[in-house]
Amino acid sequence: MSAPQTPAGKVANYVDERTGAAKWLKKNLTKVFPDHWSFMLGEIALYSFIILLLSGVFLTFWFDPSQREVLYQGSYQPLSGIKMSAAYVSTLHISFDIRGGLLMRQIHHWAALLFMAAIVAHLLRVFFTGAYRKPREFNWIIGVGLLTLGIVEGFLGYSLPDDLLSGTGIRIAEAIIQAMPVVGSYLSFFAFGGPFPGDAFIPRIFTVHVLLLPGLFLALITAHLMLVWYQKHTQYPGPGRTEKNVVGYPLMPVYMAKAGGFFFIVFGVTALLSALASINPIWLYGPYTPGQISAGSQPDWYMGWLDGLVRMSPPIETHAFGHTISWNILIPGLIVPGILFTGMALYPFIESWFTGDKREHHLLDRPRNAPNRTALGAMSLTFILVTLLNGGNDIIATHFSLTINQIMWFSRIGIFVLPPIAYVITKRLCLSLQRADRDLVLHGKETGRLMMSAEGEFIEVHEPISKEKAWTLTQHEQPVALEHLTEDEHGVRNPNSRGSKLRARISRADAEQIQKPGGDTHREIE
Amino acid sequence: MSHEIEPISDPGLPDHVHRAADTNPVAEKKAERQVAILFLLSALGTILFIASYIFIPTTEFIFLPVMGTTNAHELFLGLGLALALLFMGLGAVHWAKTLMPDEEVIAERHEFRSEESDREDFVATVKERAAAAGLGRRSLIKRTLGLSGGLLAASPLLLLRDLGPLPKNQLQTTSWETGTRLVTDPGNRAIKPSDLEVGAVAQVLPQLLPGEERTLNNIGKDAVLLIRLRPEEFELSPERLSWTYEGIIAFSKICSHMGCAVALYEQQTKHLLCPCHQSTFDVPRAAKVIFGPAARPLPQLAITIDSEGYLVAQKPFTEPVGPSFWERSS
Repeated sequence: MSAPQTPAGKVANYVDERTGAAKWLKKNLTKVFPDHWSFMLGEIALYSFIILLLSGVFLTFWFDPSQREVLYQGSYQPLSGIKMSAAYVSTLHISFDIRGGLLMRQIHHWAALLFMAAIVAHLLRVFFTGAYRKPREFNWIIGVGLLTLGIVEGFLGYSLPDDLLSGTGIRIAEAIIQAMPVVGSYLSFFAFGGPFPGDAFIPRIFTVHVLLLPGLFLALITAHLMLVWYQKHTQYPGPGRTEKNVVGYPLMPVYMAKAGGFFFIVFGVTALLSALASINPIWLYGPYTPGQISAGSQPDWYMGWLDGLVRMSPPIETHAFGHTISWNILIPGLIVPGILFTGMALYPFIESWFTGDKREHHLLDRPRNAPNRTALGAMSLTFILVTLLNGGNDIIATHFSLTINQIMWFSRIGIFVLPPIAYVITKRLCLSLQRADRDLVLHGKETGRLMMSAEGEFIEVHEPISKEKAWTLTQHEQPVALEHLTEDEHGVRNPNSRGSKLRARISRADAEQIQKPGGDTHREIE
Repeated sequence: MSHEIEPISDPGLPDHVHRAADTNPVAEKKAERQVAILFLLSALGTILFIASYIFIPTTEFIFLPVMGTTNAHELFLGLGLALALLFMGLGAVHWAKTLMPDEEVIAERHEFRSEESDREDFVATVKERAAAAGLGRRSLIKRTLGLSGGLLAASPLLLLRDLGPLPKNQLQTTSWETGTRLVTDPGNRAIKPSDLEVGAVAQVLPQLLPGEERTLNNIGKDAVLLIRLRPEEFELSPERLSWTYEGIIAFSKICSHMGCAVALYEQQTKHLLCPCHQSTFDVPRAAKVIFGPAARPLPQLAITIDSEGYLVAQKPFTEPVGPSFWERSS
């Protein structure tokens, strides 16, 4: 091969001779990605993370993470002469004296809200389409980890300005730490460097917020994307799409332009929001002091469910043998969230256990074709929505002329009653949609044209649907319920009979389906 | 249910339909112009951004419908940035959608599972190397390595010890002592019963001795609410009634649930409400919890007056204030 002549060619030659990158790039620049709007939800999360990094670095240039008490003499007159922490002063300074500072603060906060919203939306997409199934269980767990870290990172972030609202949030976090049996008081004193609020907490969470957690985020996001890259993206079912292929557009140039452009669009929308809509105006709240509070204290939305759980908790404490256990804090603050997140992380394995399905899946499920999973998702979502609603009970009460007591009791009862109802309704809806699909395949679609037969009978003309559509509606497998095995093929009693019985029962509920037209298609995956 | 029709088979990828710009040079030119216009609009956004930075003073405010009054400098800076970014993105996406190839391609997936022979080789290699290192045989090395590794891994925990002091009795005590005067916050002014009208509520703190500084740590434990009712409105035990003075009753302002300031007082119902989790305390009944997640009443501070007629604490709080903790005995 002749020596490269152009400058670009020379650079490429220089790099390739030292890394052999050409071979890898040649293969990966033509990598195929399937196209669907719902695949952009994870992208939004990624892009808002980048926006957070950029705007966050800007903010650190002026933010002073210190609880040193100073007398404010800055340009915001209403707070002039008031004692406050250096952290709060520097946040005021960024908001009022640094050109573009307020804009960047608002971009940082809006991007954080968007980041969490995109993670949740992405999680719901992955859940309802069954994308977490083998071989993507690792990525599901990484995703649950990112969600958890995101909640912590967001909380620490809005705690940093040390305003009255965020200080109240820290006080609540301190109470949760302190409520832990045996070690609570010690952990709290270690975290705060002494009694609350002390002067160590803001500097410490600053390090966690700008160094420790972003580092973890970068590592986990890299792993998340590498797995997506290596395992190739899932795709929705359709003509020509199988478990063994991936149909879509190549990375270069289409996805580079589309994904690159989409990053700018996400950033642009965040900037637009931040230009127009004020968020977290900390100068209105005033500096933190433990003796004051503002009415209608609300956390950011992704903490709302936790606050809602704490609010609806019954007033139970145990006092015995000279010790106190605050169930009213432990249950809503640690135990229920622990169960929720563990259950979420383990769900792929739980599902694989009760379906007995150990095969790879690269074609996504249409939610209606997995009624049990869809209903479970709707049930969990309803649970969270009730807690979220209760987290805003004071705001709802003042806006809709209700009493807090009414909303609280609605939530306390609703948290038990509404999720099962959501399960039943969603499952019935899925089965109805399956029936509608079946009708469509068997009888075609309605045309709106009425015909009168020779006998004088009116009938509506139905047109058969296309073979592509018919395939899309019928390509899925329908699950078969597992049987309760009391003994194996040699007649030996199953030692785990109870587990098998439970599994058979769940499997039966899971396999409830409307028979699809064309019988059972068993797609073989080797 | 019977199988009404034959199983439907995969018809394969549908035929590609060309876009206007793929076949019609006029449409192609038009799409190209559209992309160029979008990129130009982005440049205009950046110019707005730069102009706002230089020419709009940071002290300029304008009124926006719905959004309210806002800083003009930050607003136009943001709008410029938003337009620059949005149109850049829209241009790129429009370019991809109208002019870049839109024919779907098929790529095959590979199987993740390694070949059986590779797996066997792997296991054999691991076993062989482990045997060569004597992992199985040299239990003395293994045990000592385990011991030293465990010790090494646990040692960073030790370094975290100085994160904070031990709690000792700091969660149990406050600055209130027998005879400590109640003072206004802010102001640090001692108060007399006559300063408080019936129905009034005030936040007080323990009086600072000369040279003492009030820290947030103190306020977090010491903040007290004074409420004055008519004495006949109390429904208190004789002991608790003796802790009040002429209808004035004092409670810790730090919520017994999670430590927020219990700052909302409803004069009509005589309820104290915590804005964090809506625990509601009934003042005439010694701040009994009547609603919400709090499990304990707000601790009551026994008050009286000193020889000069100023309100003082009869004695320290008889129980810890603030949220519960493991070492709390009641």
